[in-house]
Amino acid sequence: MTGQIANPSIRLKAPTPTARPTEGAANRERDVKIDVEHLSFFYGAKRALEDISVKIHPNVVTAFIGPSGCGKSTFLRTLNRMNDIIPGARVEGTARIDGNDIYAPGVDVVGLRRRVGMVFQKSNPFPKSIFENVAYGLRINGMAGSKAELAGRVEESLRQAALWDEVKDRLQESALAMSGGQQQRLCIARALAVRPDILLMDEPASALDPIATQRIEELVYDLKKAYTIVIVTHNMQQAARVSDHTAFFWLGRLIEYDRTDKIFTAPAEKLTEDYVTGRFG
Amino acid sequence: MRSRDIGFRLSTGAFAFVLASIVVAIGFELSRQSMLSIQKFGFDFWRTSTWDPVAGQFGALPFIWGTLYSSILALLIATPVAIGIAVFISELCPRILRTPLVFLTELLAAIPSIVYGLWGIFVLVPAVRSLEIALPDSLRALPLFSGPPLGVGMLSAALILAVMVVPFTSTVAREVLRTVPLAQREAAYALGATQFEAIRAAIFYARTGIVGAVMLGFGRALGETMAVTMVIGNNPQVSASLFAPQYTMAAVIANEFTEAADELYLAALVEIGLVLFIITLVVNGLSRGLIWTMAGRKSGRAAA
Repeated sequence: MTGQIANPSIRLKAPTPTARPTEGAANRERDVKIDVEHLSFFYGAKRALEDISVKIHPNVVTAFIGPSGCGKSTFLRTLNRMNDIIPGARVEGTARIDGNDIYAPGVDVVGLRRRVGMVFQKSNPFPKSIFENVAYGLRINGMAGSKAELAGRVEESLRQAALWDEVKDRLQESALAMSGGQQQRLCIARALAVRPDILLMDEPASALDPIATQRIEELVYDLKKAYTIVIVTHNMQQAARVSDHTAFFWLGRLIEYDRTDKIFTAPAEKLTEDYVTGRFG
Repeated sequence: MRSRDIGFRLSTGAFAFVLASIVVAIGFELSRQSMLSIQKFGFDFWRTSTWDPVAGQFGALPFIWGTLYSSILALLIATPVAIGIAVFISELCPRILRTPLVFLTELLAAIPSIVYGLWGIFVLVPAVRSLEIALPDSLRALPLFSGPPLGVGMLSAALILAVMVVPFTSTVAREVLRTVPLAQREAAYALGATQFEAIRAAIFYARTGIVGAVMLGFGRALGETMAVTMVIGNNPQVSASLFAPQYTMAAVIANEFTEAADELYLAALVEIGLVLFIITLVVNGLSRGLIWTMAGRKSGRAAA
């Protein structure tokens, strides 16, 4: 288990002391947005994540890669406590966002999920109009304000998701009439509307064609200026293209976490190397 | 293989055709048997209130009114309860309670209507009577509560219908809610929805199916005969009062069919059957149409 970027030797047992990144984006990487320590996750008696420790930095894109069932999605979903809705789910260890333990008793889970947005593998727009999809989160969080304010927020979110020009003339049409790629960008707009500061993306492009995928990837690149993005992907090229940091999961454990170029060119672990070179997975 | 396919298509097609022709045949036969009354009274049959077998005067308005009024009241009472039960069982209920609750609601649907009627006479009607007596005079002055507190009457009929409709509506609504993808709830939760808001999103997603469930209950209430006959008071009058004994189409047919001596009387009763048949078809058609228009706005297609 490891925690820190640019640490030359990854140790599997003891958490490593904080190391300073030596190159690039030094300031950003000194800050820690999400700080997870010794987190384990259980579905009933089954342990799905084992002693994960990781520090995720603000305004960078962090990719989680690994073969199916390795726990990368489960881990992503512990970061906005989405796993709480699964009966029998249990978490050990701590996960802090901006220094606050999100699993501490009395934490406002609803507020947490508003600050930590999520985009799912399969686009899941509500069966409502395009406008109402984006407005939904604003309405339920009491952020709708006046009609003009609401319309302004919706437009802003759709612009951020690079969707505005395509839909501005048909905001009242059903979201389900859009293409798959548009629906996924709508889901991103919907997540951005409530102004989260972290955006979790669970294989957001896995159901899309290459062109729609490219648009999502460009979007991720643009969004990292304003958001901390964590993206789960089974597509290694995608991780290489969009992310600054990459974490490799295997069998519920975090095997290696480092700068993306390092993971893909000079991984410290044999397992990582085998995976990124396509020897398994 | 090919000829077997054709045979299969023909035989299943024949079943479908038989079903459709049964509906047509029922309509045809009801019209034929009631021709005497149709010719004599024409459209007046639908809008006049005199039901006098001795004088040979037949108007079905009180029965139409009684059927629609009792069914709509039952729907108003049963729908929130049924949806509440469906939501509780499918979304909120601890796992251990789920199976017993499902079993109990389905058991409720299996109780014969005559048993409901007996329960109505011995339990519901006295309870309704004491409720009616306890009602303050200021409210008794309203047309909704006018008339003597007999117990038997519209309110008892509506309540017993509601009890009978709840298991149907809640079972269908529950199944519909079960088909809502987890992704819809997750989408709501991920945006900071409370559990209540996430359930509302799920209900919205399933709304066409839930309307279908409610309409199924309505159809059942319209045709329900025995239990209603036993508690509604069987008095043909058009009254808005919940306390007034009234009559329904199904009840009058059940009560008077065996004693209909002359042909016109018989034809009039059969015509009531025809009217009930038409109203049921119209209600089903309207609910179908409602579901289609909701689904047709594309937004609901996935929920159909």
